[in-house]
Amino acid sequence: MNGLLQIALYLGVLLLLAKPMGSYMTRVYAGELPVWVGWMQPVERLFYRLCGVKPQQEMRWTQYAAAMLLFSLLGVLAVYAMQRLQAGLPLNPQGFGAVSADSAFNTALSFVTNTNWQGYVGEVTMSYLTQMLTLTVQNFLSAATGMTVLIALIRGFARHTTETIGNFWVDMTRSTLYILLPLSVILALVLVSQGVVQNFAPYQSVPLVENLSYDQPKLDASGNAMKDAAGNPVTEKVEVKTQTLALGPVASQEAIKQLGTNGGGFFNANSAHPFENPTPLSNFLAMLAIFLIPAGLCYTFGQMVGDTRQGWAILVSMTLLFVGFLAVAEYAEQQGNPAFTALGINQSATASQAGGNMEGKETRFGIVNSALFATITTAASCGAVNAMHDSFTPLGGMVTMAQIQLGEVVFGGVGSGLYGMLVYAVIAVFLAGLMIGRTPEYLGKKIEAFDIKMASLVILIPPFIILGGTALAVMLGVGKSSIFNPGAHGFSEVLYAFSSAVGNNGSAFAGISANTPFYNTALGFAVWAGRFWLMIPVLALAGSLAAKKRIPTSIGSMATHTPLFVWLLVGTVLLVGALTFVPALALGPVIEHLNMMNTH
Amino acid sequence: MLQLLRPAVGSFLLLTLLTGIAYPLLVTGISQTLMSDQANGSLILQAGKPVGSTLIGQSFSDPKYFWGRPSATGPVANNAGASSGSNLGPTNPALLDAIKARVQTLHAADPSNTLPIPVDLVTTSGSGLDPHISPAAAAYQLPRVARLRHLDAKVLSKLVAEHTEGRQFGILGEPRVNVLALNLALDAVR
Repeated sequence: MNGLLQIALYLGVLLLLAKPMGSYMTRVYAGELPVWVGWMQPVERLFYRLCGVKPQQEMRWTQYAAAMLLFSLLGVLAVYAMQRLQAGLPLNPQGFGAVSADSAFNTALSFVTNTNWQGYVGEVTMSYLTQMLTLTVQNFLSAATGMTVLIALIRGFARHTTETIGNFWVDMTRSTLYILLPLSVILALVLVSQGVVQNFAPYQSVPLVENLSYDQPKLDASGNAMKDAAGNPVTEKVEVKTQTLALGPVASQEAIKQLGTNGGGFFNANSAHPFENPTPLSNFLAMLAIFLIPAGLCYTFGQMVGDTRQGWAILVSMTLLFVGFLAVAEYAEQQGNPAFTALGINQSATASQAGGNMEGKETRFGIVNSALFATITTAASCGAVNAMHDSFTPLGGMVTMAQIQLGEVVFGGVGSGLYGMLVYAVIAVFLAGLMIGRTPEYLGKKIEAFDIKMASLVILIPPFIILGGTALAVMLGVGKSSIFNPGAHGFSEVLYAFSSAVGNNGSAFAGISANTPFYNTALGFAVWAGRFWLMIPVLALAGSLAAKKRIPTSIGSMATHTPLFVWLLVGTVLLVGALTFVPALALGPVIEHLNMMNTH
Repeated sequence: MLQLLRPAVGSFLLLTLLTGIAYPLLVTGISQTLMSDQANGSLILQAGKPVGSTLIGQSFSDPKYFWGRPSATGPVANNAGASSGSNLGPTNPALLDAIKARVQTLHAADPSNTLPIPVDLVTTSGSGLDPHISPAAAAYQLPRVARLRHLDAKVLSKLVAEHTEGRQFGILGEPRVNVLALNLALDAVR
């Protein structure tokens, strides 16, 4: 009962904020700023003067795409260089060395593409300077890039008979300066009040109440493991009397990690780590931050195309899909693992315990907030986790994977979620047009062959790379040797990895050892293709739409703000996804679920 | 392409300064001024010296103490320098073996207790650093700790209640018991 209340509260607050957030963003992109951020306008103008940007000068889609790609390339170079050079740079109190070339390559692509897939372990790899000066920065810039591409696409619908879709530098600067930055400052400070750390101190050492010990292989003088006469490794007991608390400038990264649907944790355990997500309130705000901008952008879209009902229709479609997926995840996790019950373990939900499948979950979040967070983070392209998806029940884990595979169009990444959904809307009106034999149109724009080709690219490229990459990895020894869990679940780990990379999600079935040259390279290319091979067709679509005449609504036009259209859109998303991914899901989570139910 | 280079390099550098230096420094400055306890790890101080963090769990195996969530970090449990979950899948035999072993350890520590074990007491947490257990998991261990410390069960349950947090604002999250704070309080009683 309390669980339903928490979920209702979450959705209620989110939907209430969609309109104010959305109309604020409309004003930002139109350059009509409210007073409370208006004082930053001189900063904006200074930026343009220093960079030689003429804000009134608009771009064709090809120029817009070129600017976006060049800007992203600079990001890749900066993130890569910083990781390789961090050993000699300041703000490195733990003295971390250079990151390996393949891992640095993977991380650079991953953060620039808003994926934030992490093959590395944050608190033993990245210096504070690397975290804040390159990773935090890309949390902002990659999110803003997604928003620019969306705004360009919306302009394609909103404008007519024009060659241009906006100015990339202006959209980038405004997204960062007026939307992401103020929200991040506020959220970061609230997070600190809950206990998220924010400092530049070396890791803190504290005494343990009860000492621990472990066996470690004894090394000889040259650093090789020693063996006894029988050839067994010799071990020595190590006494541990202190606990080392990893610290750092976490809150500032945490805020934009969620607001920008980035998801890359400062620490390895991501939002499960108490220093990233200490309380139920910090968790609630994190979840709210993930969906805030994507939900608001639906309203922005409605306003910019001059009919807010269009935006609400999209938002309702997203919410319906979300609630469906959430119900499955909550149910599966709360049911728990039948094998546990056989061992004399109590998994029932009572007033004094959350019950359910608690493996890989935190006590303060229980089942309700772990399954909710997991559904949100994979509906959006966030990828932050507050519980370990690898230890979810087969069906709970399948929900997370399936949402990524649908293209993260349920709210989705900032910008990328809505442009993905609008591409689905184009496909939906096309399908409806085929059924009744009329030229499809959407928002007064005739959808023609070129537009459908671009939309098809956006729909077809991700499954091609996800399924192709997974097939390749499970055929190669280097792909299989990284698998952690046996059986069908092992296949799921690989499928999840490629889905997450192409979907620019970044969460993982994290048992897989992805920090290997094979996965760092393969997934590096996957994140790149999953991002820019979709953004370019989307911008091409924007350019094509902007150039079209607007045709007046007639008696034969299909209304795209009605419940009928909502169901058509939901159906299109589910059908395209099901046709593409059901066979692969059957080999992973479905088989595992049947096994789990049969054995016990 | 060249005409794009100046705006690209310029905006990249300026936005980096703004979001990568000015922003984290601003947040650090305000946090360290107004909320330095939280910003530095919510440390528990005894005689002015840090003895742990209220947010980070420690590992307990002595039956005199309440035990926390099992932890999958290496090389020792609750290693707050390298957080990690077990990532064991739900049908992995290694998961079931590990849980079986934990069930046996709990039974060995208190053979008289034959109640079903609360699930959070035998499953690893997501971070490996979970500072909390459910009130059910505390109640399960209470008779053992009371007996070994020669404490009245009523006195002990009062102490547990003092270290139990309800849902935040009565709604959010789950009720929970802070294990390290409770055990430190137990040692202070003795």
